[in-house]
Amino acid sequence: MRTMMIGAVLLALGAATPAYANLNVFACEPEWGALSTEIGGDKVSVYTATTGGQDPHQVQARPGLIARARNADISVCTGAELEIAWLPAIVAQTSNPKIRPGAPGAFEASAFVTLLEVPARLDRAEGDIHAQGNPHIQTDPRNLLIVAKALTDRFSHLDPPNASTYASRLADFTTRWQAAIAKWTAQAAPLKGVPIVVSHLSWRYMEDWLGLKRVVALEPKPGVPPSAGYLAQVVDTLQKTPAKFVIRSAYEDSRPSLFIADKMHMQAVVMPFTVGGTPEAKDLFSLYDDTINRLLAAAKG
Amino acid sequence: MFGDHYRTKVPIGALAGASLLCLSAPALAAPADDLATIRDEIMKLRQDYEMKIKDLEERLQKAQADADAAKAAAAAAQAAQSTVAAAPSAAPPPPPTAPEPLPTPRAPAALNALNPVIAAVLNGMVTTNSRNPDTARIPGFSLPEEARNVPRGFSIGESEVALSANIDPFLFGSLNLSFGNDNSLSVEEGYIQTTGLGGGFTIKGGRFFSGIGYINDRHAHDWSFSDAPLPYRVFLNNQYGDDGIQARWLAPTNIFLEFGTEWFRGDAFPAAGAANGGKGTVTAFVHAGSDINDSSSWLAGLSYLHARSNARDVEGDSFTGKDDLGIASAVYKWAPGGNPVVRNLVVSAEYFFGHEDGVFNGVPVDYDHTGWYAQAVYQFMPRWSAGVRYAQLRTEDLDPLLAGSTLDDLGRIPRAVTGLLEYDTTEFGRFRLQYTHDMSDIKSADQLIFQYTVIYGPHGAHRY
Repeated sequence: MRTMMIGAVLLALGAATPAYANLNVFACEPEWGALSTEIGGDKVSVYTATTGGQDPHQVQARPGLIARARNADISVCTGAELEIAWLPAIVAQTSNPKIRPGAPGAFEASAFVTLLEVPARLDRAEGDIHAQGNPHIQTDPRNLLIVAKALTDRFSHLDPPNASTYASRLADFTTRWQAAIAKWTAQAAPLKGVPIVVSHLSWRYMEDWLGLKRVVALEPKPGVPPSAGYLAQVVDTLQKTPAKFVIRSAYEDSRPSLFIADKMHMQAVVMPFTVGGTPEAKDLFSLYDDTINRLLAAAKG
Repeated sequence: MFGDHYRTKVPIGALAGASLLCLSAPALAAPADDLATIRDEIMKLRQDYEMKIKDLEERLQKAQADADAAKAAAAAAQAAQSTVAAAPSAAPPPPPTAPEPLPTPRAPAALNALNPVIAAVLNGMVTTNSRNPDTARIPGFSLPEEARNVPRGFSIGESEVALSANIDPFLFGSLNLSFGNDNSLSVEEGYIQTTGLGGGFTIKGGRFFSGIGYINDRHAHDWSFSDAPLPYRVFLNNQYGDDGIQARWLAPTNIFLEFGTEWFRGDAFPAAGAANGGKGTVTAFVHAGSDINDSSSWLAGLSYLHARSNARDVEGDSFTGKDDLGIASAVYKWAPGGNPVVRNLVVSAEYFFGHEDGVFNGVPVDYDHTGWYAQAVYQFMPRWSAGVRYAQLRTEDLDPLLAGSTLDDLGRIPRAVTGLLEYDTTEFGRFRLQYTHDMSDIKSADQLIFQYTVIYGPHGAHRY
């Protein structure tokens, strides 16, 4: 026990040695961790709080996250209440004024994008709704450009000496990203108007970007798992308005989507949703490469 | 030096005076009729200017009116633009190709504008117990009233209303009112806390639950079982909360390492009588925790509480003296891939070591108490979880003079086994069925609790 304690203390002290980076970034989701690295390069040291296999709505406020948030200069998160079940508890326990809500170091990507699906009625009876709108903005790569610009401004505000580095990295990223968007959009042309089924309402922005048509969602209300009765209704809907395939993100329960896919003789597609969501989605660029590839394969099949 | 300056200044001043005289000379020399012409011209100029000023004023008023009209008609965001556009002295209108709009952040999410965050926790239970909780006892321990088993039949347990908000950029306030079965209203917590001291420091003052142990500072509705485990009941009267001050420091390490100390009034069990002039209890604790991998994490803690009692009266038993309590806690959590929604496991255990030194009912005492519990709650599918808990207590080195008193354990080891089945409608609604085989008294008893707990209003995130 004693050796363990000493070991733990030594480990802690070792970990406390300051890293030679200018900005400590606490990224809530992998896509923002990846974007922070694109913009910050070696001027930032990025800790990503969740993995691609994790549901960003439901994360335990673990001690390890509190320790990382305590040392952060900036938190880069989606906002729009996506992290409401865990981030406030973490920030409150860190007593880190840099990332308190409203501080320049509390960066919320969704604040810079026009959010869709803003609920008309705020009531918990409507399920897990987000008052400000659908927060899953990273499913449309065009939103990344807007966020990248805002993030560059924020990095420069917090770390003026490296502002020119951030600006030139943004310019480089923008060029590559715009070319990539053009490529993806061209590749995805056959997806226009394709009817699909979604598991959670995670794909609204991608649906708009690619012109996919959502027929129905497998959750009766956001965040509420489907009952057998509701799935029967879904089957009913799909018999009247057939869909091509059903998509879900890697972290979601596979059973409802496999059930519907089997019943309606269509494919169930696992989507990366974020960096690390599938083995192929290694970074921001391969995330959308993989997204488009999987959708095209499903549309063909 | 000074003289030089003075000398150079004089000729310049003279020159200036001379040139002024030269300039005014023609005016002084002008005849009377010329003066009249000048006066006329000045009058004309004045009229001219007055006309121009009037015209300008009119144009300004018109612009103002236009702007107001535009403001009323257009949305708030566009109003500012139209004011600029309508103003006569405005810069030329922007080129038709509008520049890329700068990303303007919307206001970050506020839970409830400037109102405090109001949340209500409703709790209700129905209980059967083969033994009357009012007369139940745990041999070897003074059992304060709150630490008794929940009453038989229907009850609302502890329902509460919490109001919290940032007070200003530096302070956060929280008030927690609890309603008991007897309609009594009590201030469970009411404290202020620093929000941005930085350096990892947090200071809290007021009435609050102590940070010792693992479950002590969480509200009862946040516990994994419907009641507190045996050691919490007998050592801390369910949980230790008092009036005082707390300082915590979070170390700048990549593993979670937190140190804390508290100073309390000393009115709550095991302390009593606000000894030491109302500063009778001190505590210290350290918590450490980290992730093991994507799926599992741990938290461990060591806590110490020192309390003084001035004529503590528990059900007729009087105690004056010192109380020392040490708690070792360990928690392990597992959720596959870090996703607790479908399946997750929480295992926790705590060990209590208590020492009392003083006078009990007139007899000098110096004895040890120990206790521990271990529990595991496993969510085996979405919404459904099951749990087990085992707890036991022990009394040691008791003075023979106290044989037959409350502190006599009658040669028994009080213990209890509890099983739990839980169904959650969402994270805001919960139903529990809890069965306890209670062997804490001479005769064992069985207790069955059916409980609901719901939370509504903007309720904060759950802690680890």
